[in-house]
Amino acid sequence: MSITLLYFGVLKDVLGRSEETLAWDGGSSTALLAQLRTRGEDWAAALAPGKVFRLVVNQQIVHGEVPVPDGAEVGILPPVTGG
Amino acid sequence: MYCDVTVQTAAFDLGAEELALRAHAGDAGALVAFQGMVRAHDEATPLAALFLEHYPGVTEAEIRRIAGQAAARWPLSACRVIHRVGALVPGEPIVLVLIAAGHRVGAFAAAEYLMDYLKTQAPFWKREDFVDGSSRWVEAKASDDAACERWHD
Repeated sequence: MSITLLYFGVLKDVLGRSEETLAWDGGSSTALLAQLRTRGEDWAAALAPGKVFRLVVNQQIVHGEVPVPDGAEVGILPPVTGG
Repeated sequence: MYCDVTVQTAAFDLGAEELALRAHAGDAGALVAFQGMVRAHDEATPLAALFLEHYPGVTEAEIRRIAGQAAARWPLSACRVIHRVGALVPGEPIVLVLIAAGHRVGAFAAAEYLMDYLKTQAPFWKREDFVDGSSRWVEAKASDDAACERWHD
């Protein structure tokens, strides 16, 4: 049971990766973010509640708390800076 | 409405795109083309390149959604959006928006609407790479958000 996480923009530099596979027993997007925040100060700061970033689950931009199913692709997006 | 959206690293050919779009434009009386170029910045350290990143699949879908919103506001015949990503040097074309519509008013308005949304809501992230080797991810700009806000009236 796992999910794929994709990071974009400045988050790649701050978190030091663009993609990873994460063991996942199921749960919500809120639970996923809470888990990522426990990785350290950089993570807690970059993904702090109230910080402006968006989640994409299986190519759909999501709002609020949503389920993250096994095998999902989850994109973590910093604020967009346009073309 | 016919709508074709591409995000690519390659350059685009405005003339060829215009010709291709007109094949889908029916009896449209207006075609507006907007092309945006990378600007050289007036900062102390000159810009070597602008590096753009997108979210494949998600970015294209978001642009199509925005084009659909434009088509709901103005009667449009066809639209073509090309946005480039990767490293782009100042002066290079970065974005192309073509709108074909029955009349000019809708074509002008929809092109501006699409550009405002592309600058504020489409999932693109921009990094400035300077000639001295340093680089910096661009932060969201309030002025572009303000341009987008006016459409909410």
